[in-house]
Amino acid sequence: MAMHKHLYNVGAILKGLSITLGMMFKRKPTIPYPSIRKQHAPRFHGLHELRRYDDGKERCIGCELCSIACPANAITVIGAENTPEDRHSPGERYAARYEIDELRCIFCGMCEEACPTDAIVLTPRFEMSDYRRGAFIYGKDRLLVPPEGGVGSPPDERPGGIPADLGGVAQTKSTTDVASGYDATFNGAKLKTERKGLAG
Amino acid sequence: MPIWLVVLVKSGILLFVVITTFAYAMLAERKVMGWMQLRPGPNRVGPWGLLQPAADAAKLMLKEDLMPRTADPLIYRLAPFLSLLTAFSVYAIIPFGASSAGTWAIGNVNAGVLFLLAITSLGVYGISLGGWASGSKYPLLGSVRATAQMISYELAMGLSFIGVLILAGTTSLDGIVNAQQRLWFFIPQFVAFVVYVITAVAETNRSPFDLVEAETELVAGFHTEYSGLRFGLFFIAEYVNMLTVSCIASLLFLGGWNAPFGWTWVPGIVWFLLKVGFFMFFYIWLRSTLPRFRYDRLMAFGWKVLLPIATLNLLVTAVVVAVWS
Amino acid sequence: MSVLFWGLAVVLVASAMWTIMASKPVYSVVALLANFFALAVLYLTLSAEFLAMIQLIVYSGAILVLFLFVIAMLSSGVASFSVGPNRLPRIAVPAVLLVLIALGLVVVGIFMPHPAPLPLAGAAVNAGAVGDANVFGSVADFGRALFTTYLLPFEVTALILMVAVIGVIVLAGEHAPYVGTPRRAEEVRKSLREAIAREGD
Repeated sequence: MAMHKHLYNVGAILKGLSITLGMMFKRKPTIPYPSIRKQHAPRFHGLHELRRYDDGKERCIGCELCSIACPANAITVIGAENTPEDRHSPGERYAARYEIDELRCIFCGMCEEACPTDAIVLTPRFEMSDYRRGAFIYGKDRLLVPPEGGVGSPPDERPGGIPADLGGVAQTKSTTDVASGYDATFNGAKLKTERKGLAG
Repeated sequence: MPIWLVVLVKSGILLFVVITTFAYAMLAERKVMGWMQLRPGPNRVGPWGLLQPAADAAKLMLKEDLMPRTADPLIYRLAPFLSLLTAFSVYAIIPFGASSAGTWAIGNVNAGVLFLLAITSLGVYGISLGGWASGSKYPLLGSVRATAQMISYELAMGLSFIGVLILAGTTSLDGIVNAQQRLWFFIPQFVAFVVYVITAVAETNRSPFDLVEAETELVAGFHTEYSGLRFGLFFIAEYVNMLTVSCIASLLFLGGWNAPFGWTWVPGIVWFLLKVGFFMFFYIWLRSTLPRFRYDRLMAFGWKVLLPIATLNLLVTAVVVAVWS
Repeated sequence: MSVLFWGLAVVLVASAMWTIMASKPVYSVVALLANFFALAVLYLTLSAEFLAMIQLIVYSGAILVLFLFVIAMLSSGVASFSVGPNRLPRIAVPAVLLVLIALGLVVVGIFMPHPAPLPLAGAAVNAGAVGDANVFGSVADFGRALFTTYLLPFEVTALILMVAVIGVIVLAGEHAPYVGTPRRAEEVRKSLREAIAREGD
């Protein structure tokens, strides 16, 4: 019986016990999530949003470049011709259907980079859970900023790369409400009022 | 009052107390383990999570009761009750205060320690029968492990008791506590005390001796197939057993309801509960600190280290007592 | 007391019957467990406190657990004894005769004039609550009798059991290839060396 080895183990056990006891009285880093929210990164990639021009016209021209750029094949765009009576966007064409399957989406932001008119941007919204898989296919009804919502969230500065004055860009892109942690996009603000009790 | 009514009332009160203690011991374990792992622990149900046990109980009761097709229905249903029966029947003799008043224990049995050993040795049946009757491989492995482990550690546990019995000169729990009025037995019987604390963890199948449940290898060991209330019964039995071994440790080694430093102005029951609480905390502390034993090392430790040490301790105690008296 | 006795008697006989007639070996173990438990309580009513506890610790807590261990390991899940004919009916007639004879002997024994009970050496047989000190059957009395009057039989029994244990180790060691006697280990090593020499590395 190698007694000295066992005695060494006793020392190790005591050391382990002292460590766990010390941890017990430490400050816990846990954030009690729904009641207190962490502010996310300035360029956080969350749910998409389709923007408008100042005059209320849709920015999307139905070119399908986002759909081609998408590495996850999550975007479906079906374009249609604008007519003088039924005008959606300033150009010739607009997106008759614009659907994103948010379960397939990997939130890489390639669609945002590919878009020639800055129509699609990724907002910092991330609370999209639902009970049905079908609910994750977001159509224009949920992606497009409603007319009373203004132009929508500002896009990242393009093309690619981190601009020299990161601070300035971060400020324009950061749509987070510092006080509550909720994103300050139109839909985010709506969400905040709906959950007033939780937002504190 | 007739004696049977007294016993009935006492049993009812004790049952209520033990069940409540179980509920909050479970919450305390989750809280303490959370703190030790830098988490806040359950805190959503009620203030500081204090209503969590009620939520857990409701969940377990409402859950579907499943039984595998390959299970043996009779034994499968019997096993949780057997576990619970042995866990609770120990409290028939555990005194919570001096017996001179006669109110602090259901029965003061003269062969109290032997009764404890007898009942705890039956505790293995619930686990091994439950594992066998589930009719699937992980529970079977868990129950086989439980059988081997509990038999092995029972020996060292019994031997660690005997040193105390020699010093006290009696097998009644009341007498043992009274014999510790001047000196608590964990000082002269320190080796037996250490052996008992280790074997107690092994007997209750708690980490680091939880090979019976070993999540990483056996899913959940003997209760893998159990769900709902039947699982709940096993769960209750585990925590009540934990409470039992804590009570025994306090009674045999830490002087039971005797006050330290002569502070007799605090009632004995408070001291006793403090000591029990300390052991409960210690077991939770161990669980959040130590990794699980490997099975062969567990067996080697039981038979080649604990048993010889306990035997030697018994021998030395017997010789010293014989020479002195 | 007599209600308790008859209740226990029924439990004892019923569980014993179930033990031998159960269709699955594990049922037999459960029945035997009930049997041992009832027996322990019966010992308690006879003021044999120590014996009752030892009955539970040794028979239920150790021996029967080993039975269960072996059954759980060997019988795959819930296989039953259903192979082979039920032999019980064939031995029913002699068994009933035997039981009747035994019962007759018991009845004769009860109604015969008794000799005085053997007094325990050194200690008068006291009456009192079960398990009280100096009462017949208490742990102290039992121990005193075991280590004074009956010391020689006790030690001889211990020796015999020790011999049995050593015998088991020797018998098991003979067939296990790597444990056991040094001679056996040397033999194994030698045969391994020969095999390597024969086959090449």
